[in-house]
Amino acid sequence: MEIKRETLDPSDFRVRQLQARDMLRGDLQGEELEKFVEQSVMTTTVEKAVAWSQGNSIYPMTFGLACCAIEMMSIVAARVDIARFGWEAFRASPRQADLLILSGRVSVKMAPVIRRIYDQMLEPKWAISMGACCSSMGVFNNYALVPSDKFMPIDVHVPGCPPRPEALMHGILRLRDKIHGHPPDGWRERYDAVGTEEVLTPEHERGSQSDGAINVFPGGDTAGA
Amino acid sequence: MPDATGLELTAHELRESDADSILGTEFRRHRAVLLVSPQHVPAVLKHLYGKGYTFLASLHGVDYYPEEPRLGVLYELMDMHEVDRISVKARVSTQDPRIPTVTPLFPGADFPEREVYDMFGVVFEGHPDMRRILMPEDFEGFPQRRDFPVGGEPVLFTYNEETGYGKYQ
Amino acid sequence: MSALDTSTYRQREESITYQAEPAGMGETHELLTLNIGPHHPATHGVLRLLTTMEGEVVRDVRPIIGYVHTGIEKTAEQKAYWKVIPVIERMDYLSYYFNAMAFCGAVEDLLEVEVPERAQYLRVIHLELDRIMSHMVWLGTSALDLGAISMFWYCFRERETILDLFEMSSGQRMHTRYIQVGGVIEDIPRGFAAKLRQFCKEMPTRADQYADMLEKNQIVLERLRGTCALPAEELLKIGVTGPLLRAAGNPWDLRKAAPYSSYDKFDFKIPVGTVGDNYDRYRVRHAEIYESVKIIEQAIEGLPEGPFITPDRKVALPPRHELATSMEALIHHFKLVTEGFRVPPGESYYPIEGPRGELGCFVRADGSGKPARVHMRDPSFTHLQALAPMVKDAYLADMIATLAMLDPILGGIDR
Repeated sequence: MEIKRETLDPSDFRVRQLQARDMLRGDLQGEELEKFVEQSVMTTTVEKAVAWSQGNSIYPMTFGLACCAIEMMSIVAARVDIARFGWEAFRASPRQADLLILSGRVSVKMAPVIRRIYDQMLEPKWAISMGACCSSMGVFNNYALVPSDKFMPIDVHVPGCPPRPEALMHGILRLRDKIHGHPPDGWRERYDAVGTEEVLTPEHERGSQSDGAINVFPGGDTAGA
Repeated sequence: MPDATGLELTAHELRESDADSILGTEFRRHRAVLLVSPQHVPAVLKHLYGKGYTFLASLHGVDYYPEEPRLGVLYELMDMHEVDRISVKARVSTQDPRIPTVTPLFPGADFPEREVYDMFGVVFEGHPDMRRILMPEDFEGFPQRRDFPVGGEPVLFTYNEETGYGKYQ
Repeated sequence: MSALDTSTYRQREESITYQAEPAGMGETHELLTLNIGPHHPATHGVLRLLTTMEGEVVRDVRPIIGYVHTGIEKTAEQKAYWKVIPVIERMDYLSYYFNAMAFCGAVEDLLEVEVPERAQYLRVIHLELDRIMSHMVWLGTSALDLGAISMFWYCFRERETILDLFEMSSGQRMHTRYIQVGGVIEDIPRGFAAKLRQFCKEMPTRADQYADMLEKNQIVLERLRGTCALPAEELLKIGVTGPLLRAAGNPWDLRKAAPYSSYDKFDFKIPVGTVGDNYDRYRVRHAEIYESVKIIEQAIEGLPEGPFITPDRKVALPPRHELATSMEALIHHFKLVTEGFRVPPGESYYPIEGPRGELGCFVRADGSGKPARVHMRDPSFTHLQALAPMVKDAYLADMIATLAMLDPILGGIDR
């Protein structure tokens, strides 16, 4: 029987295993030892390690406001399971929570309450604005609602009315990427649209109430749709 | 729903007890409406309560701009034994928007009357707790009136794009 | 049965006195006002309760609402009639089909348009599915409030099945704008009936399992039995309808009393309670699930052929294949999409039986393409007034259980 001898590629796993065994016996010295350590030990910065662990064990806060809250409850449910990512510990107290998922419409009366709760959360904290109503004004663009950007910093906006649980998971995973330090490109970078921003002028800041609009429709108005 | 004649009979009875309480009747396709002068609302409702309409299904306001008197308050009553509904409408102007409350007769009118006050500005005299219910306490204006602007925000996200995201600074 | 007899338990509790007598100051009532909410894990939505308590016993509770006020009724005045439907659906966000049904019923009453029978049956199927879904969410979250946390996952599993059915028929899970003025927006696709029958076969067994999980549990029974009962006369004075009134013994259900949308063609019973305590409220809602399944089965078996929306082209869009051949269809389509239909002046109040009680919609039309006033009579708004009499002199934990059994939906309360 002929025995074939082959030299294995030094990056082959079997070679590394044997090298490890040799090292344990004290056989590897000097440069080989250094190379071995490089291969089998992961080094990182403390920030990255902390960010990795933070991103994988967020405690969201139970903050359901309206319809989006029901879809947020269904990501805790079994079909789209948030516990896969380690985020199932919904805490009720803001002192114990990291993440504020604003799910639902933020009314004028509720905005200071939310701000207070957000202030009570401890650093580091994040916020997801779930649904169209709190990201922009959503279906109801009227006197009673406040977009959440106006009173607190939001990290991820999830569109939808209400967003599917899968869409909310996508938003959550993007937040996790952000926490881990490699935020995904914003859409302007991806679609090469940097430079198309509209800048808010002071008139816009005041909102449409400054028009003094009298929205009284005489009977027979036909501008329906 | 009482048919047209039943409605007229009820109106006639009410006019007999107090001549100027009923201002008119409307009947359209199973819906019977008694138009009542505002100060007589509790008396009319009490009379209807005696006739069997013991359930207040809804109490809400309507703004009839530009017709005067502008603010209307509707009381939807239901008779559960006969399965009958009747509506009572009272209209007040914005200059003197006062109607006596019906909470002694229907305790469930508490919240709806507060809502009509909040949204339209109709003050219910004798209400135990007449203050705003849906809007913040210090809100000025009555939102559901037709000449109150809808409000809203121009939808631009660049506020955040300019200042950037990030952890809370 | 003595272990289940809660009255002796309460008697034993009362024999221990908690009278706090501050030394030398005489007898004083130590009343503590506790603010529960608006952010609190046990409230169903953002409800704020100002609770005045003496020790652990609640003496008075004042609900403060308005934290989700969205100005839905004002927004609805700015939109054409068919655009109001998505806006109005988001009011009571667990019973969106019912919101749309109440509004469409009111507008159909004003337009005097007939809804074809197939559309009525389809509406009934979706309404009853929505009722089951609402009861599932209620059961899951109420059990969560009581501490029986696993019920949440089981109930939401059923909810996912129902939402799959909604997605099949309309493309959306929630707020589907399926019910339109004159009928429904689309016919049900192939495979819907089979999946629906499969669901109807499974649902009673699943409901039995939920009953087994909860009703044989001593803790659940002691928390629900005998707590916070209110007699039917008190409830009627406040204006309470729905499962709360039925639990107190009054068999009032608009589906039987004043049938709408061909409910009179179906054979179903109304579960009615006896005492009106929390346990009866739970049982009534749970039993309603079986009745709803029966209605759905009868509806899908007897689904008649025909159009799914009114053939009146001035109200409903013509089918797309007609647009290529018929000029009138094209003109109607154009006018409906750009202007919308106009409703002759009038007022209408259309009440239906929602999962929480009488859900009514008042529409005032002034002849234009937009409603002049839309008001939704929401059952939870009226039921919240019943909370204070119910929980007077009960423990704080009973108040939480009662709030769960009341099934308030803050979207409907605040509108």
